[in-house]
Amino acid sequence: MLARRIIPCLDVKDGKVVKGVQFIGHEVLGDAVDMALRYRDEGADELVLYDITASAEGRTVDYNWVRDIARALDIPFCVAGGIRSAEQAVKCLNNGADKVSINSPALERPDLINELAEMAGSQCVVVGVDSRELDGDYYVHQYSGDPDKIRAAGRRTLDWVVEAQTRGAGEIVLNCMNQDGVRKGYDLKQLRLVRDLIDIPLVASGGAGAVEHFTDVFDQCDVSGALAASVFHKKIIHIPDLKRDLQAAGIAVRI
Amino acid sequence: MTGNSANKIVVVELGCANTASVLFALERLGADAVLSSDAAEIAAAPKLVLPGVGAAGFAMSQARALGLVEVLRGFERPLLGVCLGQQLLFETSDEGDVECLGLIPGKVTKMVVPDGYVVPHMGWNTLEPLKSDPLNDGVTEGDYAYFVHSFVCPVNDYTLTQSTYGAPFAAMVRKGNVWGCQFHPERSSATGSKILENFLKL
Repeated sequence: MLARRIIPCLDVKDGKVVKGVQFIGHEVLGDAVDMALRYRDEGADELVLYDITASAEGRTVDYNWVRDIARALDIPFCVAGGIRSAEQAVKCLNNGADKVSINSPALERPDLINELAEMAGSQCVVVGVDSRELDGDYYVHQYSGDPDKIRAAGRRTLDWVVEAQTRGAGEIVLNCMNQDGVRKGYDLKQLRLVRDLIDIPLVASGGAGAVEHFTDVFDQCDVSGALAASVFHKKIIHIPDLKRDLQAAGIAVRI
Repeated sequence: MTGNSANKIVVVELGCANTASVLFALERLGADAVLSSDAAEIAAAPKLVLPGVGAAGFAMSQARALGLVEVLRGFERPLLGVCLGQQLLFETSDEGDVECLGLIPGKVTKMVVPDGYVVPHMGWNTLEPLKSDPLNDGVTEGDYAYFVHSFVCPVNDYTLTQSTYGAPFAAMVRKGNVWGCQFHPERSSATGSKILENFLKL
């Protein structure tokens, strides 16, 4: 049976994992390769490595640490942050990344999704969507890596996820910004709405704070995976315990 | 770790992305692995791995352009196709309606799934061994492997291991000196390493 995926997200700056997405005063948690292997050993199903400053600084990911991680790791990983062209994405893949996630650049130029899917195949193309609830609807935001640059992208989330799928995305990571960082649970309502609109895998992001949040999102939203950062980094949730609890709740997980 | 040692493995580079991870996995196991698109080097290899991500039509046109179709068809030592590489071993693929290598009987078809299933089939799924073989030695029912695909190889006489997503499909195949894995052994943690190690021992 296909297992639901538990996906730690590591925010990377200069080959180091840093805490949070804040630009100022971030704390170095450790070397990216070391932390990737630690999460692999704990039973993570996949990792997202997010170059937190690349997109806002107008540069692309540094491929050297991508290669270092690919050399060491034997579970899949996705690289996000600043991939602006199909060539850059292919370079990431050629350096050993399994998938690339595009967010702000896809909003600036949606054809990027098509180009990437044609060159590398949809299975490598993840579209990350930062979505915020406003007046009863959901809207896409861009440049969320930088508090000074973040802005609404002028698109409804429910339109954008369908367009991304039509253009060739192989997976959507929906980051629900109202929930992000507060650890009060995933945005079940929004995730369910998106799940019902698309037929590619959906990964939930934003809000995980306790084991029952994972149980709820798999049970109620039928997502393929659940992404989280701080609960894992701060050791509030230990992945082996989380997976045991999910299994006990009847959710298929890889143990 | 260079030269033409008997344990040298050539990883066929068809210009599709993601050959590095296969190479790195073989290196982690201590193999002398090189990437190559050169027909003569590929024909002379003690062992071949045919990886692949992307579309069957593109991969076959690359193989033709590089003069590799007949080299691969005539290869007599162990050959392992991975993911799309397994699909290329079959006769035809519905993905682009393309003729493949024809080393294993059967047709690659688009995955048909029940309502509510998402495609691609992406993630960790359980293996169901059907036949014992040196390649799946040590792989037991319920071991997980990492899959990413939308097209499937049929379960037939050449299936070693199947997996199920809506319907069963071939997860590992063998005919003579030709083996295949639909999943990514290089991304399937301990189970994947065991399978690659088995291939190195052949």
